[in-house]
Amino acid sequence: MNKIKISAKNIDVFYGDKQALFDVSMDMYEKEVTALIGPSGCGKSTFLRCINRMNDVIDICSVKGNVSIDGHDIYDKSIRVESLRESVGMVFQKPNPFPKSIYENIAYGPRIHGIANSKTDLDEIVETSLQKAALFDEVKDRLHQPGTGLSGGQQQRLCIARAISVNPEIILMDEPCSALDPIATAKIEDLMSELKKEFTIIIVTHSMQQAARVSKNTGFFHLGKLIEVDSTDTIFSNPGNQKTQDYITGRFG
Amino acid sequence: MGLFLILLVLTIGAFGFLIGRLKAIKLRSASQKKITSLNHYYGYYIAIFAIVPSLLVFLAITAFQGYIVEVYVLSDFIDLNPNLLASDKNLLLAQIVNTSKGIELFDEISPLVTDAVDKYIYIEELIDTLTYVIVLSVAGLLSLVAYVKIKSNLDSRKFVESFLLILFFTCSLVAIMTTVGIIFSLLFQTLKFFSQVPITDFLFGLNWSPQRVFVRDSGDLDTRDLQNAFGAIPLFAGTFLIAFIAMCVAIPVGLMTAIYLAEYASPNLRDWAKPIIEILAGIPTVVYGFFAALTVAPIVRDLGQNAGFTVSSESALAAGFVMGIMIIPFVSSLSDDVINSVPQSLREGSYAMGATKSETIRKVLLPAALPGIIGSFLLAVSRAIGETMIVVMAAGLAAKLTANPFDAATTITTQIVVILIGDQEFDSPKTQAAFALGLTLFIVTLLLNFIALQVVKKYTERYD
Repeated sequence: MNKIKISAKNIDVFYGDKQALFDVSMDMYEKEVTALIGPSGCGKSTFLRCINRMNDVIDICSVKGNVSIDGHDIYDKSIRVESLRESVGMVFQKPNPFPKSIYENIAYGPRIHGIANSKTDLDEIVETSLQKAALFDEVKDRLHQPGTGLSGGQQQRLCIARAISVNPEIILMDEPCSALDPIATAKIEDLMSELKKEFTIIIVTHSMQQAARVSKNTGFFHLGKLIEVDSTDTIFSNPGNQKTQDYITGRFG
Repeated sequence: MGLFLILLVLTIGAFGFLIGRLKAIKLRSASQKKITSLNHYYGYYIAIFAIVPSLLVFLAITAFQGYIVEVYVLSDFIDLNPNLLASDKNLLLAQIVNTSKGIELFDEISPLVTDAVDKYIYIEELIDTLTYVIVLSVAGLLSLVAYVKIKSNLDSRKFVESFLLILFFTCSLVAIMTTVGIIFSLLFQTLKFFSQVPITDFLFGLNWSPQRVFVRDSGDLDTRDLQNAFGAIPLFAGTFLIAFIAMCVAIPVGLMTAIYLAEYASPNLRDWAKPIIEILAGIPTVVYGFFAALTVAPIVRDLGQNAGFTVSSESALAAGFVMGIMIIPFVSSLSDDVINSVPQSLREGSYAMGATKSETIRKVLLPAALPGIIGSFLLAVSRAIGETMIVVMAAGLAAKLTANPFDAATTITTQIVVILIGDQEFDSPKTQAAFALGLTLFIVTLLLNFIALQVVKKYTERYD
């Protein structure tokens, strides 16, 4: 088993007065895919957004507990949230390319963080990112056309390319295939098995088949609590908790 | 008397409504067959027949009344002098009408006029009576016809629908016809103007002094007066100078206000700050005018003099500055809405890449909101170009060709006001010049709107 990359301890999340997560503790391992499953509103996306502090964007949201990456507390005051997000990329449920060209979409992150030293550097980053996202061959002739003109699946791969352009260590995926058709979904899943060689991937998904296909470990959330976390094989063949059993056999959710 | 007649017609209509409904109720209970529409539709059926045609007849009579009266009353005068001028006719008619009301403005009244007064009183009374008879009988007869036509298979519901369709269509036609009417009235006067002053003189002339047209010895217009009097370039220049100054104030302040409100302000603050800023747009422009003339202009003059410039007490800068303040809400309010409507997913996408708030605003939100923002700019520009009062009060009336913001300047709208204030001679080129200016302004605004639409369209296609 790989070493622990992300470790969450006793996470409570509140939206105003409403508590969304209750005492969640979970470890996620380096260069593996960890899946978070559970019914809608169970808190899995909220948990995911704790890892790159995206919950900070929401005024009324407050997070208690401790998340550490490589042993460093990411909620520590000395951590700049911008650098944290540089090393923890995120892909969203709905493809959200910026209203810019394909090239500019990828170049966005490297430009902000001053990663590329020259135009050639930047060109190279754009090309490698697109290649890693398995999109380069499809768009190499129209790099300067709007990213919003691509198909849904291509847009999502563009967003993945954008996320890996700043060379993160972790990629968070929040239901990345829920807006895509089965063929585009299959492409993203293939891509993930490629990407996990290089990145630690956490994926929130509604589809249990997807979790079973792509992940090594799976955590099951229900009503804001982490019910069970184990290897994906165990969760799907021999879950330890009755609720998990009920959920994966389709008795509720 | 017209009002009373209209009330009578409406009463007939209301009565018709009740009768129609009553008949429908009777029909329903008498026959076993289903009748096509709800009871009140039969009421409306009669009411429409009673009211609409009779009011149209009334309007038609009123429209022709003046002409009939004039022809009848003035017939004796025209027999005497067939070449009576239109202006003399009007004068005579006014004299007759006034005398008939007992107002005596003239020392002696000729026997012809006394006769005419009698004829006037007679014809007015006759037409009034006839109007009553005709209008009321149209209303009554048509109600009767409608009442007879009501049967169980009459689809009055459909009739009401088509009537409403025509009504709505007519109303929308009013707005369109008004626009067309305005264009044509501008166009004809402008053409008359250009028949006396060459269009090239107007568009490219550098000297604007229409008052010279009146400084003349003989009664006839001297064509030399017309030369060099109607060069509109100083007005165009003044208009654009002041609009430019205004935009220099309104664009940065408005845009940054919008960014603050949309991205930084708490929802509470935004809720009360936005209406307060929008009040700026509701202040009457006259109030801005004296703010500009009495408060800002002296400050501008003092500041300018301290800095070593020669500043006239009425300056383009003062007017433009205050105008800029006035149009801030046009920029800020619209831009705020547009920035706000950029999908949250784009903000999150940018934050997730590690961008700060201001980087997100500059690199993602503003480009995405660009079409709307440009739309708000162009709206503000057309407002600035059309603005009159502030300029009249604060920038002066002197049509000088200058690019110096400390100098007095004047605009197209201001000159229209100057030209049309006071006594008018409608066939003088000076008055017609106002129409030419109006048409120019109209065309410029139209072009701006057209460009705005094109810009918005282009970017929306690209980014959506």
